[in-house]
Amino acid sequence: MYEIVAFYLFSALTIGLFSVTVMSSNLLYAMTSLAAGMVLISGFFFLLGADFLGAVQLIVYVGAVMALYSFAMMFFDATRDIKEKNTNDALVFLLGGMSALMLVLMFSAPIFSENVQALYPMTEGVGNAQDVGMVLFTKYLIPFEVAALMLLVAMISGIILAGKKMDSSLTEDMDADDEIMIVKDEK
Amino acid sequence: MIGLSHYLIVSAIIFSIGLVGVLRRRNLLMLFFATEVMLNAVNIAFAAISHYYNDLTGQMFAFFIVAIAASEVAVGLGLLIILFKKYGSLDLDDLANMKG
Amino acid sequence: MENLVYIALFAPFVGSLFAAFFGMSPRAIFVGVIASALLFVSFVASAILAYHVYTTGGVVHVTMMDWINAGDLNIPFGFVVDQISVTMMTVVTLVSTIVHIYSIGYMSHDKSFNRFFSYLSAFVFSMMVLVMSDNFAGLFIGWEGVGVCSWLLVGFWYHKPDQKREDNPSISPSWAANEAFIMNRIADLGMLIGIFIIYWNTGSLQYDEVFAQLPYLSETVLTTAALALFIGAMGKSAQFPLHTWLTDAMEGPTPVSALIHAATMVTAGVFLVIRANPLFSMTPEVSFFIAALGTFVAFFAASMALVNRDLKRIIAFSTLSQLGYMFAAVGLGAYWIALFHLAAHAFFKALLFLGAGNVMHAMDDELDLFKMGGLRKAMKWTYAYMGIASLALAGIPLFAGFFSKDAIIETAFNEGTYVLWAILVITAGMTAFYSFRQVFLTFHGDHRYKELGIHPHDMYGYVLIAMSPLAVLAVIAGFGMGYFEAFITKLLPAYEMSHHTHELILYLTAIVLVFAVGGILLAYKKYANGLKRDEKCENSFIYRLLANQYYIPQLYEEIITKPYAMLSEIFWKDVDLKIVDATVDGIAKFFYNSGDSVRGMQTGNLSNYLNWMAVGSVVLLVIATISAMLS
Repeated sequence: MYEIVAFYLFSALTIGLFSVTVMSSNLLYAMTSLAAGMVLISGFFFLLGADFLGAVQLIVYVGAVMALYSFAMMFFDATRDIKEKNTNDALVFLLGGMSALMLVLMFSAPIFSENVQALYPMTEGVGNAQDVGMVLFTKYLIPFEVAALMLLVAMISGIILAGKKMDSSLTEDMDADDEIMIVKDEK
Repeated sequence: MIGLSHYLIVSAIIFSIGLVGVLRRRNLLMLFFATEVMLNAVNIAFAAISHYYNDLTGQMFAFFIVAIAASEVAVGLGLLIILFKKYGSLDLDDLANMKG
Repeated sequence: MENLVYIALFAPFVGSLFAAFFGMSPRAIFVGVIASALLFVSFVASAILAYHVYTTGGVVHVTMMDWINAGDLNIPFGFVVDQISVTMMTVVTLVSTIVHIYSIGYMSHDKSFNRFFSYLSAFVFSMMVLVMSDNFAGLFIGWEGVGVCSWLLVGFWYHKPDQKREDNPSISPSWAANEAFIMNRIADLGMLIGIFIIYWNTGSLQYDEVFAQLPYLSETVLTTAALALFIGAMGKSAQFPLHTWLTDAMEGPTPVSALIHAATMVTAGVFLVIRANPLFSMTPEVSFFIAALGTFVAFFAASMALVNRDLKRIIAFSTLSQLGYMFAAVGLGAYWIALFHLAAHAFFKALLFLGAGNVMHAMDDELDLFKMGGLRKAMKWTYAYMGIASLALAGIPLFAGFFSKDAIIETAFNEGTYVLWAILVITAGMTAFYSFRQVFLTFHGDHRYKELGIHPHDMYGYVLIAMSPLAVLAVIAGFGMGYFEAFITKLLPAYEMSHHTHELILYLTAIVLVFAVGGILLAYKKYANGLKRDEKCENSFIYRLLANQYYIPQLYEEIITKPYAMLSEIFWKDVDLKIVDATVDGIAKFFYNSGDSVRGMQTGNLSNYLNWMAVGSVVLLVIATISAMLS
C-alpha cells in the first residue's frame, strides 16, 4: 500500500519539479528544483529495490553534479532572470506532447516478458550492494575501468578548462596558449 | 499494484519534459539541466526493468549512465565557462555564428 | 607454312602500327617505304603459299587462338589458306604493294603522308582477315574492318568544305565517307542476319561445318540465309540499289580508289558469294536473282558511264559494271570464272585508276575530261598504261579482260538465259565505248588544258616502274586461265560449257568482239579528233538522265534522307527534349530545388538544429508506434 502511495507521490512531485526546471526563467529556481527532483528519483530507486543505485544517485547527482552546477553558477549572474527568446511554445508542446503520447502508448501496451531471459539474475538472500558489486567487478569489469578512466579524463579537462587563468581567454590569448604548451612540456 | 508500465510511463513523461526543455530553452545552462532530466528519466526506466525482470543488467547500465552524466557535466561546465568568458553570454541566439 | 600464313597476315598490320606511330609527325618518306616493304613481304609470303597450294593441292589451316568460347558457341581465330583465299591473298597483296609504292609518289606533297600509310596498311590487314578467315565471324570482322578503313580513307581530306550537289555530286569527302559507311551499315545488317540464321540452324560458324550441314536444312532457311548474306554482299559491292556510295567514294585519294574501290574491297561481296558457293548453289532462285541483278547493274552502270565527264567517276562506274559481270557469273554458277574475272579486273582496274591518278597529278587535280585532251605527248607512259588497261577492260583479244569477260558472257548464253546474254553483250559494247571515250578525250585531240595554264608532266619514274607489273598482268593474265581453272576447280565446282555452246563459241566471241570494236571505233570517231560538243544531244532527256545518275541520288535524298531528317528533328524536339531530357533534368532540378529549399534549415543556431532533431525523433517514434500497433 505504502508503495502505491509513495509511487504516485514521487511521480507527481518529480514531474512537477522537473517542469519547474524546464519552464522557469530563474536559474536558481531551476537548479534547486532539479536537485530536488534528483532526490526524488533516488526515491524511485529505493522503491525498486536498487538501493545501491539510489545511494549513487544521491551521492553523484545531488552531491557532486549539483555542487558542480552551483559552483559554475558563481560565474554567471544567477539572481537575474534569464531573458531568452524561447522557441514557439505551440511547436514545443506539440512535439513534447506527441513524444510523450507515443511513448505512453507504447509502454501502456502489455509488455511481452516471456521471452526475456535474465542475463545476470539477482541472487537471493544477498544485499543489493553486494549483488551489484559481484556483477560489476566480474562481468562489467572492463567497462567499469573504462568509465573510471573517462571520469579521470573529464576531471583533468574540467580543471584545465575552468581552472587556469580564469580571467583571460584560453583561445584568444597567445600567452595563455604558450602557457598550456609549457604545462604540457613540464609533464 | 504498481507494475512495470507505471514506471515506464512516468519515465516517458519525465523524458518528454526534458525534451520540451531541450526544445524550448536557448540558454546553454538550461539545456544542460534539461539533458540531466532526460538522463534521469532513462535511469528510472532501466531500474524499473531491472527490478521487474529480476536482472541486474539494467542497474549496470544506469551506473554507467550516471558516470557519463558526471563526466559530461565536468567537461561541459568547463566549456561553458570558456564560452561565457569569450562571449559574455550563454544564449544560443547570441552564439549563432555558423549560419549557412 | 604456318609461319608464312602469319607473316602474310600480320606484315600489313605491323606496317600500319609503324606508320600510326608517326601519324602526328611531319611527312617522312621512310614510313611509306617501310610500309611498302612490309606489304611486299606479305606479298612474297602469299605467293609462296600460292605456290605451295598449287603444287601440293593441300590446304593450310591454322588456328591462332580461341576467340569466343561461350556455351555452345565456339569461334576460334582461325585462318584457312585454300585455293580461293590464296588467290585473293595474292591479288590483294600484289595490288596493295603496287598501290603503296605508287602512293609514296602520289601523296608526296600531302602533309598527312604518314597517316595515309597507316590507314592503307590497316585496310590491307582487314582485307587479309576477311579473305583468310575460316569462319563467318572472322569474315565479318574483316568486313567491318575494311568498312572502317574505307571510311577513313574516303574522308581522308576531311577538311574540304561541303559543296552543292550541282557543283560536285559527292558534296565533300567527309560526306561521301559517311554515305559509304552508312550504306554499308544497312547492308551489314542483312549480312549479320544471314550469319545469325546460319548459326541458329547449324550451330556453327566454321565454313566447313556449316557447309557440311547445308543439305539437312529446309529450303526456306537456305533461301533466307542466302538472301540475307547477299544483301551484305550488295552493300559492299555497291550493287543496285545501294550503289550510289561507290561513285561518291571517288572523293578519296586516287590510290585509295584504285586499291579499295576497284581492286579489293568492293569485290568482297563477290568473294563472299564465292566462299559460300555451296549455299548459293543450293538456292537456285537466289542465284538467278543475283545473276539478273548483276546483269542489270552491269548495264545500268555502263549507261551512266557513257556520258559522265569526271575521269574517276567513269572508272568507278565501270567498276560497278564489272562487279555486275562478276555477280552475273556467280549467279549463273560459274564461280571460278567470276573469281578469275575478279583477279583480272583487279589488275587492269587498278592500273586504270593509277593511270587516272597520274593524269590528275599532271592536271593539278582536274578531273573534267572536257578540259583535258592531247596529253599523249606529255605522258607517254601513262598513255600506254591506260591504253592497255582500257583494251583489257573493253575485252580486246589477247588482253586479260577478253578471256574473263568473254567467259562470263558465254556462260550466260550457255545457261540459256538469252536476255541476260544480250544485255551483257550490249554492255560489253558500251564498256568499250566509254573506256575509249575517256582515253581519247584525255590523250587525243586538241590541247584544251592550255586554257587553264597547266603544264602536264608524267609521274616520277619509280612510280611508273612500280605500275609495270600491273600492266604486264593486264596483258598476260588471260593466258593463265587454263592453269587457273585446273587450280581452282579443286575447290570450286567446275563449270563446263555445253557441247552446243562449244560449237557456237566462235560466233559468240565474234559477236562480242564486233560490239567491243564497234564501241571503240565509235568513240574514236566522235572524240579522237577533238571535242565537238553537241548541244542538242546534251540537252536531250536521256543524256540528262544518265548524267544525273538517273536522278537516284536526288531521289534518295528526297524520299529517304529528308524525311528521315524531318523525323529525326521531330524526335529530337518532341521526344528527346521534351520527354527524355525533361525527365533527366527534372530529377536533377528536383534535387537542386529541394536542396535549395532545405538550405534554410542551416541557420547556424544550435537551438534550431535541436528542434529539427526532435522533429525527426518524434517522427521516428510515431512510425515505431504505428508499426508496433499494426503488428
